[in-house]
Amino acid sequence: MSLYNVFNITGTGMNAQSIRLNTTASNLANAQTVASSVNETYKARHPVFSAIFDNAFLDKDQQGAFDADGGVRVLGIVESEAPYDLRYEPYHPMADEEGYVTYPNVNVVEEMTNMISSSRSYQMNVELMNTAKTMAQRVLTLGQ
Amino acid sequence: MNQFYLELAMTISFANALGIHPSAMEFRAKRAEVIANNLVNADTPGYQARDMRFSDAMKSVASPSVTLRTTRNGHIGGKLASPSSDLLYRTPLQPSLDGNTVDPEIEETNYMRNALEFQASFTFLNGKFKGLSSAIRGQN
Repeated sequence: MSLYNVFNITGTGMNAQSIRLNTTASNLANAQTVASSVNETYKARHPVFSAIFDNAFLDKDQQGAFDADGGVRVLGIVESEAPYDLRYEPYHPMADEEGYVTYPNVNVVEEMTNMISSSRSYQMNVELMNTAKTMAQRVLTLGQ
Repeated sequence: MNQFYLELAMTISFANALGIHPSAMEFRAKRAEVIANNLVNADTPGYQARDMRFSDAMKSVASPSVTLRTTRNGHIGGKLASPSSDLLYRTPLQPSLDGNTVDPEIEETNYMRNALEFQASFTFLNGKFKGLSSAIRGQN
């Protein structure tokens, strides 16, 4: 029954959103991790989402329609190419010869909005799953 | 005696007794899956929201697709494409810059409405079964 596919689909969504929340946590934790050279500095990480295209999106006559489940997956995690934050702090222990300290290219405001967005998406997935559960439980009472 | 059983089988035909409601429930379950897929991909760049049309699905129930008769092993049972499987693309109100056309609020309301309609179909179907079982018992 295709109603149970909703569980698989929302499962992939919750997984993807929790990975997103993980990268946000990593970025925020390392927002002030300084280094004396560009190569050693932490780079902001972001997941790349992609839809799982499957039987559900093919013609019914081509495939057993809706047998496989769709959903979302994380293609990979990319490091941000945004410019680093170079600050002139000559008395900082990590300062280079010219007195500059390299701060990571983490945009804290961006990360906070990402955090709210992924947390809301996660909640929405749970809601979807709950509704599907109610529907499935209702079917089990058929004829009673 | 055979005639009696034949008539009995004709009278209690589940397909006739239940009517359109099993197909409607099947459609609602499929649509729940499609809309869940939209919502899960609300953050996926380039994803385009999809949906199914109830009227198309009911049309294919009213006139089932024609199949070819197969009389040998090698024959291929071709059939006409049924409109029920047609997954359409939603016309976006305001697509995102990344090409995503999912509007979470619209999808969420569609999902909830679909769940309600599923329960309505369920209630109708349940009523049919209750009617059948009271007919079998022969008491009120």
